[in-house]
Amino acid sequence: MSGQATQTATPAEITPELVASHGLSEDEYARVLEILGREPNLTELGIFSVMWSEHCSYKSSKKWLKTLPTEAPWVICGPGENAGIIDIGEGLAAVFKMESHNHPSFIEPYQGAATGVGGILRDVFTMGARPVANLNALRFGAPDHPKTRHLVAGVVAGIGGYGNCMGIPTVGGECQFDPSYNGNILVNAMTVGLADRDRIFYSAATGVGNPVVYVGSKTGRDGIHGATMASAEFDEETDAKRPTVQVGDPFTEKLLLEACLELMAGDAIIAIQDMGAAGLTCSTFEMADKGGTGIEMDLDQVPIREPGMSAYEIMLSESQERMVMVLKPGREDEARAVFEKWELDFSVVGHLTDSGRMVLKQGGAVVADLPIAPLAEASPEYDRPWQPTPKPEPLAAADIDSPITDNEALLRLLASPELCAKSWIWEQYDHMVMGDTVERPGGDAGVVRIHGSNRGLAVTSDCSPRYCYADPRIGGAQAVAEAWRNLTAAGARPLAITDCMNFGNPERPEIMGQFVGCIEGMGAACRALDFPVVSGNVSFYNETNGEGILPTPAIGGVGVIDDLSRRMTPSFKAAGEAILLVGDTTGHLGATAWLREIANRRDGAPPAMDLETERGNGDFTRGLIEEGLVTACHDVASGGIAVALAEMAISGGLGATISMPENGGIPAHGWLFAEDQGRYLLTAPDPDPVMASAQKAGIAVTHMGETAGDLLTVGDSIAISVAELERAHQSWLPEFMAAPDENLDET
Amino acid sequence: MKAAVIVFPGSNCDRDVAVALEQSMGHAPDMVWHRDTHLGAYDLIVVPGGFSYGDYLRSGAIAAHSPVMREVAGRAKDGTPVLGICNGFQILIETGLLPGALMRNASLKFICRDVLLRVETSTSPFTGAYDKGDVLRIPIAHHDGNYFADDATLDRLESEDRVALRYCDQQGKLTPEANPNGSARSIAGILNEGRNVLGLMPHPERLADALLGGNDGRAMFDGLVEACAA
Repeated sequence: MSGQATQTATPAEITPELVASHGLSEDEYARVLEILGREPNLTELGIFSVMWSEHCSYKSSKKWLKTLPTEAPWVICGPGENAGIIDIGEGLAAVFKMESHNHPSFIEPYQGAATGVGGILRDVFTMGARPVANLNALRFGAPDHPKTRHLVAGVVAGIGGYGNCMGIPTVGGECQFDPSYNGNILVNAMTVGLADRDRIFYSAATGVGNPVVYVGSKTGRDGIHGATMASAEFDEETDAKRPTVQVGDPFTEKLLLEACLELMAGDAIIAIQDMGAAGLTCSTFEMADKGGTGIEMDLDQVPIREPGMSAYEIMLSESQERMVMVLKPGREDEARAVFEKWELDFSVVGHLTDSGRMVLKQGGAVVADLPIAPLAEASPEYDRPWQPTPKPEPLAAADIDSPITDNEALLRLLASPELCAKSWIWEQYDHMVMGDTVERPGGDAGVVRIHGSNRGLAVTSDCSPRYCYADPRIGGAQAVAEAWRNLTAAGARPLAITDCMNFGNPERPEIMGQFVGCIEGMGAACRALDFPVVSGNVSFYNETNGEGILPTPAIGGVGVIDDLSRRMTPSFKAAGEAILLVGDTTGHLGATAWLREIANRRDGAPPAMDLETERGNGDFTRGLIEEGLVTACHDVASGGIAVALAEMAISGGLGATISMPENGGIPAHGWLFAEDQGRYLLTAPDPDPVMASAQKAGIAVTHMGETAGDLLTVGDSIAISVAELERAHQSWLPEFMAAPDENLDET
Repeated sequence: MKAAVIVFPGSNCDRDVAVALEQSMGHAPDMVWHRDTHLGAYDLIVVPGGFSYGDYLRSGAIAAHSPVMREVAGRAKDGTPVLGICNGFQILIETGLLPGALMRNASLKFICRDVLLRVETSTSPFTGAYDKGDVLRIPIAHHDGNYFADDATLDRLESEDRVALRYCDQQGKLTPEANPNGSARSIAGILNEGRNVLGLMPHPERLADALLGGNDGRAMFDGLVEACAA
């Protein structure tokens, strides 16, 4: 059934250089020859190249990703489809995923970030879900690096440009700065959608003879080999890769969203898949592979933007806003009418076969003939050598003096790039469209109402790369725990996560060691917290000239709030309420924000993770919220108790008086700024029932003080007006972005 | 009362305003696709926010040429109340139903946040439920909301009491800091000569429900229901 594919269209000679330029190793090429039993032509080589790229095949990470827990009674669909799906009750499902668009965003920040949003939106609506919330986790280089300001401006404008036009609210995210991202910024975009539980669409192409349909934008010459680019390190030649970045068209995507959901309301679709990385190639191979079928496609039927595109270009283009569907036989006209109403291209490009092969024709000739399963499933899987990260020594507060007063330290931390207010960013995102945003960005979690109900979805994204660098296992566990904690603090039941794993070159054992450590830590936390991974993405090769980024496993968490009147926020609500701390404080300062910003050091072990205590403290806190015993809740994270108190005071416009407890000789700066895990700050009109319930449950709760006035005072250490705290918190980012910059280009 | 919400390719606040209308009217409005050339009888027509045609040309410029807009213009001339919110305001200006232009925000950035608005007139079906001088908190979300008109036009709008809403501070004062987008004379919304067409950049439908953080926008829809019943 296989024949030598005609090569008239692309008569290039397959040389070792050509193979290498397609990112295939010698071993991998030997495997190509073995699978085909002959030499591939250029189109076929291109297809192997993208299918086996790190980006599409997960060849370095697969072995480890398999160790993550992916199941729970509420998980409908775990990793492996376009997005993960969980049951959120009342007949509804939440569909979500986070994905990286790091490499393109560094090269062309506006379009790179915009198409990152477009891609993740398609991953969600291709499953039949209407997107209801976007988030993004951004990491940039040092503020004083000449490219940083330009990249921040471009990425934020790009994310806003796409998401705003689509009309999906961007309700959360995070943004950090570190010199390790100077040459490799991270742009991780997450979308959460809602679907009827019994109307979810998958990608397995079944039913021999069924039509294969192409819808959406036309195919152009943009983004050819994007997946291969995203699987290589950067060097001095990077700027030359600009043409491999795609250009986004959010208007077409909006039409595509509405057209797909309109058609999905009926039953004409058997399978549907968006064309993302590696375009038509990856989507059709995955669909046929999952369905155990073959596909015969006539590339002359693919809508193209310009004449004369070769089969190689059509198959490898990463033009955006495109989908492939398999329809029930005879339903083409019904589907065509919907797409024509929305003024989108609709073309029957082929049909399913029982051959298990992908046969591509152009101009009547066969231009590629490849077996599907070996390409999709027998893609390489590596057990890369890895080296565990050496464990750093713990650093207690007693071992390091504070160079400045605690008062100054708090102001400086609030105005630091990591902890400052990020409203300069999220005010450029429409975070209210769709009319269901109950909690806007800036708190612990964004909350959107489930339309037409009194229930809500809480969403967050979290990671502390400095912990992951110091101790990947602890850092991985902490990222998961912090997402869980943020959802808990909002009054939600945390249900599941998506992960976006950003690392350096996996061919280096110390980088692979970081990856393995993070995965182990994440797995342990997911298991301890019943918080499975349902989708994810791996981005390796975030390196420039051999310098890798801090290991950054960004975690996107989703939870449900069953009664929105019982949701919780961090802001102080009324004067005279008790302020309570859940959890223990040891005064540990290793790898903290304080150590970095105030002592200018980055050493030491990150805070220990005790997952049992984490679970106990969180479940206890959630219980208090459900019982209506507390009026504010905030997790204690970067910057410790002092920063958490300041954030609660700023958002409530109300001060507090806190007495520093006798605390086993922990120095004041340790008590104030330590980042011990599993802690929450609460306010309660009446502390007694909370204390009683804590005693009964064996949970450590300390009554620290009261909300009061317009000053935040902590013992003899801190006395700052709320207005001054707010000024410090708000000022840094707008001032940084307003500074003149000759590199800034308008896009 | 019967209301229509016009839907263009790229509209994305159509559902939001329909929810706010349903809350005030007690039943849902009709959603009218832009290609419809015949519009039934309506007491209110809403041109919603969003990015009609992606705003790839000047914001609102392509939608203004949609078949349905000829019908909307005709109804407006006959006195039917027409409300244009955000992109809808841009479309009404491009259609010629309202004077002036909406330029890129002075900051050159998209801005989404709550702003304060001073009600400048309660003599219209849209603002009748407010008192002149009321300060409302309502969000904006736009890139092109910087209202511009020549001085003669601005003078005329003022002398004819056609400025409906202005950006202001907590005390109701007009200051440069309280003007989020650089609009001439802090104008946020204007009426046509017949006072039956209102275009405004802020989104009253987004704060018409206390659960979302405020309901200062609700009285605009309640007021329209009342005005249409009168």
